[in-house]
Amino acid sequence: MTLGTWLALFVALVVTAEIVRVLRHRAMRHERWRRFFRHRTTTWGLGILTFLVIVALAAPLVAPYDPDKQLDIVHLKNHPPSWTFLLGTDVLSRDVWSRTVYGARVSLGIGALGALVAVALGTLVGAVAGYYQRWIDAVLMRGVDVGLALPRIFILLMAVALWDGLPFAALIIVIGLTSWFGTSRLVRAEVLSLRQRDFVVAARALGAGSGRVIFRHVLPNAAAPIIVSAALGVGNVLLLEASLSFLGIGVKPPEPTWGNMIADNAPSIYTAPWSTLFPGLAISLVVLSLNAVADGVRDALDPRAEAA
Amino acid sequence: MTIPGAPVLLRVRNLKTYFVTEHGKGTAQAVDDVSFDLYPGETLGIVGESGCGKTVTSLSILRLVPEPPGHVLPGSLIEFEGRNLLALPAPELRAVRGNQIAMIFQEPMTSLNPVFTVGDQIAEAAIIHQHLSRSAARARAIEMLRLVGIPDPDERVDHYPHQLSGGMRQRVMIAMALVCHPKVLIADEPTTALDVTIQAQILELLDRLQHELGMSVLLITHDLGVVAGHADRVVVMYAGRVVETAPTDALFERPTHPYTEGLLAAVPRIDAPRTRLHAIPGQVPAATAWPPGCRFHPRCPYAWDKCVAQEPPLLEVGDEAGHTARCWLVTEPERKVSKR
Repeated sequence: MTLGTWLALFVALVVTAEIVRVLRHRAMRHERWRRFFRHRTTTWGLGILTFLVIVALAAPLVAPYDPDKQLDIVHLKNHPPSWTFLLGTDVLSRDVWSRTVYGARVSLGIGALGALVAVALGTLVGAVAGYYQRWIDAVLMRGVDVGLALPRIFILLMAVALWDGLPFAALIIVIGLTSWFGTSRLVRAEVLSLRQRDFVVAARALGAGSGRVIFRHVLPNAAAPIIVSAALGVGNVLLLEASLSFLGIGVKPPEPTWGNMIADNAPSIYTAPWSTLFPGLAISLVVLSLNAVADGVRDALDPRAEAA
Repeated sequence: MTIPGAPVLLRVRNLKTYFVTEHGKGTAQAVDDVSFDLYPGETLGIVGESGCGKTVTSLSILRLVPEPPGHVLPGSLIEFEGRNLLALPAPELRAVRGNQIAMIFQEPMTSLNPVFTVGDQIAEAAIIHQHLSRSAARARAIEMLRLVGIPDPDERVDHYPHQLSGGMRQRVMIAMALVCHPKVLIADEPTTALDVTIQAQILELLDRLQHELGMSVLLITHDLGVVAGHADRVVVMYAGRVVETAPTDALFERPTHPYTEGLLAAVPRIDAPRTRLHAIPGQVPAATAWPPGCRFHPRCPYAWDKCVAQEPPLLEVGDEAGHTARCWLVTEPERKVSKR
């Protein structure tokens, strides 16, 4: 680690603290966002996520070494954490810290984009099924049942077998296409109850068409569960990517992701635990933080809390 | 007031709206063969107790009955300016909703979307039907808020529904309904959820706006006091049927159907000696199994065997034009006298 990387890391920490402080300060003015910051875990979760995103964006500044470079395969293999190698080196003498930082880009990117695809699709299908009901609902929901019944890893393995080396975008799409079933059920249930509400009938009485009713009157009122399911979805996609990479069918090595870092170093888990521990820790940290943030968002958007 | 010989604005004929109930308990005949006319500029009251089909009638006019389980039977006619609304394709129907015929609902608490400002919601109809720009629609919303008597409309336009009181919300609902200057306003129990002083204000507001904008109002209520003060003509409904229609004065002076009579007797009067309040015995029967013959006969003090055997048609009472009652007493008035 050079002085420059330490400095960059310090700046990242300061920026994170400042962002969280400003957000908190702004939130205090609004009742609902004050509820968001009510739990300390939510604030911590937000801080950790912000820090990881900043570090991922500033990877070239924060990482002291080229993540793919084998520094010295003979002498620096499985080097334990030290001041030179903050998190040690892996089985191929690559710097674990640098790989974790660059891996954050890929892992968080896949997580966010995959969850976005999944939630968008799930929301659309759920809203259509819940709003139109009858045969449309029946057909879509039986489809969802089938999707939920098939093991996801199995579908992904099939896609990988057909594609032979998935490009990044295809991986995101495939993950997204297999992750929306739960969201669609959630949204459908929400829409089923919302479409009976008086304000929806009132909107139709004003001459609003189905699209307008769904997107302006129904879905905004279902925002809370959708956002929560998106936040949890990022965690799930992250884990899925990790397991795919672990199986060697996710992102192609040597490109670092948290998943294939664990996969690469699993054989030396007893002799050099740091090279699997830290990417694993990163995954756990993100999933935990997302859960904490999702809890806060749910509290903030819950209309029942509005009256209190 | 009704202008004799004026063209009918909204003609409802033989309206039947049935609901299929779950678990095969049969079909609920919520509205069963209802006919009435609405003339330009008049206020027509529809009264009846809960479950008699008032609300379903009003929802049927704009085809807002939830389908399934409900459906309007073929053969029903709802004619507005010469077009049958029941046969209109969806886009044309949407052009009528909120634009030509608007509706306000019973519950101002739940009829506004909690996540949008009242200004956005008032502006919506103007954006849909008149294709106004956002800023023009906003100006329009402020103008409407002023029209319905909300103080500080420039500020209130950005408020959310939960920041307003019940009376204010009902004013907002009225503003939403009237943005496009509809020809017909359907007011479904507009004051039921409000307390009495606010009720009076809202009804006065409706009267004023009706005169200013020259629209017809279909006032649906269970409150005869509201009808007495605000309607020109009244349709009394019972068990999915029209049982009496009359100009308001005639209805209050000479109620002909025993049900109307019972309703009037059940209104507490400030000038009458304090006695136990009159009540019509029994309850409205279930809509899945209306009684045979006259549907009111199980609760009617005058009922005789003819009432059980055969349902009367709407008969001309003869005292005034447009006063009809669905009761055999019209043909055999001596039976009522003998009972007393």
